[in-house]
This record gives sequence, C-alpha cells and structure tokens, in this order.
Amino acid sequence: MDIVVCVKTNPDLQMVRIKHREAVTEAVPYKIGDLEKNALEAAVVLRDAVGGKVTALCLAEGNRKAAEGIKEALAMGADEAVVIDDPALAEPDQAAVAAALAAAVKKIGACDLLLFGEGSTDNYTGQVGARVAELLGLPQIGYARKMEAADGAVRCERSMDDMIETLEAPLPAVVTVVSEINEPRIPGLTQIMKAKSKPLQVWALADLGLDAPAPVREIVSNLAEEQDRKRILFEGAAAEQADAFVNALIKEGVLRR
Amino acid sequence: MAELLVYSERVDTARELVAGGKELAAALGLGVSAVALGPGAGAAASELAGAGADTVYVSEDAAFDGWPADAVAAGLAQIVEQAGASVVLVGSTRRGKETAPRLAQKLGAGCVTDVNSLVVEDGELLAGRYAFGGATVAREKLATATKVFAVMPKTFSADGASAGAGNVVTPALTVSTAVKLVDRRAKEGDHVNLDAAPIIVGVGRGFNAREDLALGDDLAAALGAVVGCTKSLADFKWLGEDRIIGLSGAKTAPDLYLSVGVSGQIQHTVGVSAAKLIAAVNKDKEAPIFGMADYGLVGDLYQVLPALVERLKSV
Repeated sequence: MDIVVCVKTNPDLQMVRIKHREAVTEAVPYKIGDLEKNALEAAVVLRDAVGGKVTALCLAEGNRKAAEGIKEALAMGADEAVVIDDPALAEPDQAAVAAALAAAVKKIGACDLLLFGEGSTDNYTGQVGARVAELLGLPQIGYARKMEAADGAVRCERSMDDMIETLEAPLPAVVTVVSEINEPRIPGLTQIMKAKSKPLQVWALADLGLDAPAPVREIVSNLAEEQDRKRILFEGAAAEQADAFVNALIKEGVLRR
Repeated sequence: MAELLVYSERVDTARELVAGGKELAAALGLGVSAVALGPGAGAAASELAGAGADTVYVSEDAAFDGWPADAVAAGLAQIVEQAGASVVLVGSTRRGKETAPRLAQKLGAGCVTDVNSLVVEDGELLAGRYAFGGATVAREKLATATKVFAVMPKTFSADGASAGAGNVVTPALTVSTAVKLVDRRAKEGDHVNLDAAPIIVGVGRGFNAREDLALGDDLAAALGAVVGCTKSLADFKWLGEDRIIGLSGAKTAPDLYLSVGVSGQIQHTVGVSAAKLIAAVNKDKEAPIFGMADYGLVGDLYQVLPALVERLKSV
C-alpha cells in the first residue's frame, strides 16, 4: 500500500510569547505537529503490516524550518520525502496549500491512502484535508481514532459529538486522524542516522505546473484579546477564603437556589 | 436578490445561524435561506421556516444519511447555485468543519472555520477565529465572490429573529457518497453537555491522583455544576475526552467557570474566555489563570475545596 502523509511544521506554542498583543514567533522552535505525527505513525504501522511505501509530503511555508521537520518524519519511518518550497508559498492560505499538495500527490503518482492530522496545532483550520480530497475527487473520513485498510478499502472508527461511527471508504481515500489513534514513536539514534540517506526531493510550484496562487483570504489583524476581569484575590485560611468567595458569588447572582 | 445560505445538521445551530444571518444579510442586502438535509429533514425544515428563513431547501435523499462530507458538500454546492447564494454559513461542528472546506473547494471559495464572531464592517464580512493555539484572535476577510464561513455553535442567539417568508422548496439534487456507514452507536457512559451548563468546575493537573477528583465532584454537586477538565487529565485517562475544555475540546460560555488546579495555559482558557465570571483555585499565586480570573483563591485545593463545600451548604 502506497501511503502519502501530509505534514507541516508548527511553532512550539508553549514558547510563543505575547508582546504588545502580538504573538512573537522569532526564536520559537518549529516541529512537526502532534496530529501529523499521529498520521505518520498510523502510516508506518500500516505499511509494516501490509507492505508498501510511506512518503512524507511537507509544504515549507517560508521560515518554518521544513528541512528539519522532514528529517524527523523520515526518522519516524517514512521511506521517502517531498518538500514543496517556493517563495510564492511563504504565507499561503488553505486553498493555496491544498492546490500545491494535490498537485504534488499527483506527481508522486502511486497513492492508495492520503493521511492528514485533523488540524495543525497552530491554527487548526482543518481545511486542507477536505480541500485536497475534493481536488483529487476522493472520499474523505475525518477524525479517525482507529484505522485499518485491506482489500481496497479503509475502515475507520471516529468519535462525533454524541456518536461513535464506523465508516468505510474505497481506496484511494483521504483520512484525517485524531490523537487517540496511537502514540507516535520517538525515533532512536539509528533511525535518525538512517534518515539522512533516504530520498528527499524538493519541488517548486513550477515543478508542479502551478502558478503563484491568488490569495482567497486576507488576515486583517491577529492580536491577543484584551481580558477585562476583576482579578480579586482571596488569601489566608481556607474557611475565610471560602466565605469571602461565596459571598461574592451570591452578590454576582450566579448561585441560583 | 442574492442569498445568504445557512446549513447545519444540528437544528439548534441552524436556527442560531438563521437569526444571526438575518442581521448580516440585512447589512449586505441579501435574503436568508436555510438548508435541511437527510432523513427526517422535513421536520427541521418547518422549524427553520418558522425561525425566520425566507426559503428553506429540504432534501431527504438517502445519500445524506449520516451527513457524509462528499454528499453534503455536493448537495450544498448545487443549492448555492440554484439559490444564487454568495455567502454560506455552516455550523462549525465536527461534521460541519469537514464539510465546509470541501464545499468551498467545489465553489472556488475562500473559507474560514471555527468562526466565533462574524460582523459586517464597511460592507464586508469580517470573521474572527482563534489563532496560535488560542493566544490571538485573527480577523479575516475573504476575497472570493462566494464565501464560506463555518461558524461555532452559540456564536449567535436564536432568540428574537424576525419572521421570514418561510417557503419550503424541494430542489432536484444529484448526490451520492463513496463512504459507507458500517456502524453507528451512542457513546457509552453519561453524555456530558458542557455547552449547556450554567456553572462549570474545571479540574487540572493540580490534583495529585485520580481518586482525588472526588473533591472536584463534591464541589460541582454543591454548586449544581458540570465537571470539565484540561486536556492533560483526559490524556491521563482520568476523565473522558468529552470533558475537555479548550482548543481541542468544548468552547463554553457559562455564567461561572471555576477552575481548580488549572495553571491557565491558553490552549485551555480559550474554552472559557467567554464565561461571564471566571474564578480559580490555585496554590501558585503567579499562575497565569489568576491574570484572567475575576476571583482567585490562592491556596491548596485539598483545603480550599472542602471549605467551599462546607460554606455552600449554608447558602
């Protein structure tokens, strides 16, 4: 089974600081998103069970350190990697990302299963998997927490608002995964060393037969919210704190009896 | 007249979108139509007609059973064309969020998901959504002729929508799905509804052991509250994932959110920032949660919680 896993490097959100209401991402490390690691793990497990090949596909997005991220994907067990790197994709919207990924999947050729994380850890739009599925005319199953593939079909269990569903789609298909699906492996030194000799290709938009995308979205502002809260602190003995706090809640009118 | 089209597989969410959509449509000079799809959609359609939609497009085609993304996106795209819609609002539930981008791709449209504010400014729609794991709010505009917004449930209130013409139309649609529903079952155990809870007690890593969460349950019982948690407690399997509050779980707007042993990382607090009141129990006076709380109790939860339960007995 030939599997393509789309990965993206994300800023380490624990390291993002807010200064003058703006997110400061300079000097913040970038790494493959947690859910994309789940997708990679699922791909590697499936390949080891049924044979085939895993290709990690990453869109570089400017200074997001895709070269390091893709090495990690190879160390986790992907057989080959493709990076799409083009100055016109420095800050792409989801339509541009989807167009580039879909074209790259076509160029890769053999693809029975196309895996994504449910969303990226930074902005979590969850758009790209569905857009790529539409572009390639493939069925999609979102939010997979269990996945098995055999006999030309993929079967997934997924958790929706109040239902557990089991869905089956014919291959080729797009599946997006959630964190429950597995525990991604942490590659050892041998795997990291081996990754260096695995095939890695870098493609620009021209290699994919694409022009620079016309933006469909404009980000007008991106600022931290101002929280206007009372910030009243109670300290001291537990019983006194409890008394003062409950009195405050009664005054606020939130204790309905 | 061009239309603003509203769709959600959840009728309550669709009603909110009709009500909110009417105000936006009035500012943009659009009419408001709604869509109900799937077996049983007829009942939803009459509810939406009563909720203020001018036209409701309804289809009970079997391909919509379970609302598979490929069939729903195809059906919606055909209705968009028939209705001449330029704006589509989809409920940003899990199902809506996998459908809206597919629909946008079909229409050559821009799309914003997880929208938690949508307004008209200078004649253009401006959508707000969290970015950087909730640390910031991005305000985004779409440049395409047709625009798709997946809007979070409870962004608009369903109350007070003015009446619409309420015509129910059954469009001819050509839809099919490649995805087969093998099994569907209700989730086991108690279904937790954090969305509807007026008071939420949120528990975090300040608890030393799983059995100690009983203290949080006691407090919730005394307050008439529902217990939610940070993602880490669900990762420990101490509580189910349906109790997660925050970026990877519920986005709530209770009257009171009382956190216990929660440090206040943005990935969690994004799920309670719309609470009317935020209170926190934490032993670390420097914990970020106190920076966004109305009331903070600086102390050991193992002492503060029993004291609170005792005090609440005499309310």
